[in-house]
Amino acid sequence: MLALNVKNLEKTYENGTRALDGVSLTVEEGDFFALLGPNGAGKSTLIGIISSLVNPTAGDAEVFGISVERQRALAMCQLGLVPQEMNFNWFERPLDIVVNQAGYYGIPRAKAYDRAEELLGKLQLWEKRSVISRTLSGGMKRRLMIARAMIHQPRLLILDEPTAGVDIEIRRAMWEFIREINEQGTTVILTTHYLEEAEELCRNIAIIDHGEIVENTSVRELLTRLDIETFVMDVDKELDGPPQIEGYASRLRDPNSFEIEVPKNRALNRVFEHLDKQGVRVLSMRNKTNRLEELFMRLVEKPNE
Amino acid sequence: MSDALTGVDTASTPGALVKPTAHTAWVGYATIVRKEVTRIVRIWVQTLVPPAITMTLYFVIFGNLIGKRIGTMDGFNYMDFIVPGLIMMSVITNSYGNTVSSFFGAKFGKHVEEMLISPLPVVVILAGYVTGAVFRGVLVGLVVLGVSLFFTDLQVAHPLVTISVVLITAVIFALAGMVNAIFANKFDDISIIPTFVLTPLTYLGGVFYSISLLPEFWQKVSLANPILYMVNAFRYGILGVSDVSLTVAYSVSAIFVLVLGSVCLVLLKRGVGLRS
Repeated sequence: MLALNVKNLEKTYENGTRALDGVSLTVEEGDFFALLGPNGAGKSTLIGIISSLVNPTAGDAEVFGISVERQRALAMCQLGLVPQEMNFNWFERPLDIVVNQAGYYGIPRAKAYDRAEELLGKLQLWEKRSVISRTLSGGMKRRLMIARAMIHQPRLLILDEPTAGVDIEIRRAMWEFIREINEQGTTVILTTHYLEEAEELCRNIAIIDHGEIVENTSVRELLTRLDIETFVMDVDKELDGPPQIEGYASRLRDPNSFEIEVPKNRALNRVFEHLDKQGVRVLSMRNKTNRLEELFMRLVEKPNE
Repeated sequence: MSDALTGVDTASTPGALVKPTAHTAWVGYATIVRKEVTRIVRIWVQTLVPPAITMTLYFVIFGNLIGKRIGTMDGFNYMDFIVPGLIMMSVITNSYGNTVSSFFGAKFGKHVEEMLISPLPVVVILAGYVTGAVFRGVLVGLVVLGVSLFFTDLQVAHPLVTISVVLITAVIFALAGMVNAIFANKFDDISIIPTFVLTPLTYLGGVFYSISLLPEFWQKVSLANPILYMVNAFRYGILGVSDVSLTVAYSVSAIFVLVLGSVCLVLLKRGVGLRS
């Protein structure tokens, strides 16, 4: 079953900005789906229409086969949203925010308290349940919004940059939590600027640019299209220049490290063999950029820039 | 799809198709009301204390000091005459102020989206906010009534009329406040109507005088002021005297409830000021 079916969505704002230009997209139930795109590409507008916060100019979105426009209430019962902007009352307590949200979905108060305790506990916010939300750290505020979005146990969870501005430790804990809820059956759609996050978590991906879907495939398939990977190698000797190996372009970063482009059809072994012959030992090696990031940049690259 | 849609317990089974019911609406309504009441009580220094102080000053200055020189009005001493008007003025100001500030605050802080992405119908959201505003209006009215008892020995002539008029008036101004909040884009916008429309109409609505004191022309002009009907109906409830017919007052109030309620529902349904 499709968790999300977006059909020819168009959106033109009153000021004439055309944010979506016939977007069609499907997400299978149970998927962990990445929706990527540069700033202003139309991601937030698309999410806004799916969550009924933005009225489409044309087209329709269906959540588990339920039209957002025609059966809004029923569609919204299936959906949880973690928006990009902090949109909770900063003067309320986290526990009240989550429990009140449950109330909007018809969940009785006693049950809501139980669920809130469980969710806030899992997201390491239970200790902070009674403070004024304004005083929470950025990471805590993000986690609070995840707890709020999950309180009615939605079948589809949309996370719009949930880890923006969150330190790596908290980010990884959030990944674990989101991965866990996905494994329990919740379909997850994630937008993020951290492409390693999308690569780490998501199975399928869509890239939106200028209001159009420019790519929609599996992460695995997309990564196979990466025809060149750039590695950075740190070595134990000072080099006079980059290693000259036929078929591999390289550049010296500093005397003790260099970048090397490895085409998809060539192996790294030749590089190591070459360095071995020179008596150079490789101390460490890493990708210059995230692989998905390299592809993303190519897909959304502007011809004139 | 239709099989799955029937007989599923609301929001109880993880992963199951959940369906909004009348119970969802009721719990949602109770949640909004509870949230509003909690807010009003939490900020009691802003919601309850100012009207108590302001009205005490009105009672001392207008009722006591100046009132003694005025003598009687419609057969009552001036202090007794102005008590219903001042209570009604507080109810009007606070019920209006509650929806306009609370709903606009939710819009401004974007936490109105918590409700907009939920299955709650707009009528439930509206009912929740109106109930919260009525609660504040009535609570402040009771505070002012309590203050007035220090200055006068008040008797209620028609309790049912008193209660019904105060509730209907609070509903009317809660709805009016909602319209203001929906159209407001900045904090300045929520003070324009109270300052330039509500306050003059209230002061000219017979709070401090009987319109029988006015020349005939201005009496007729005063009849175009809807607040006049509410203040006088309330005065009838407490003192048993009024410048206007009770039937007309109830009719005018009912029309306002229907018109403002419909306007609010249409605006919320269309998402004016809420959905892009």
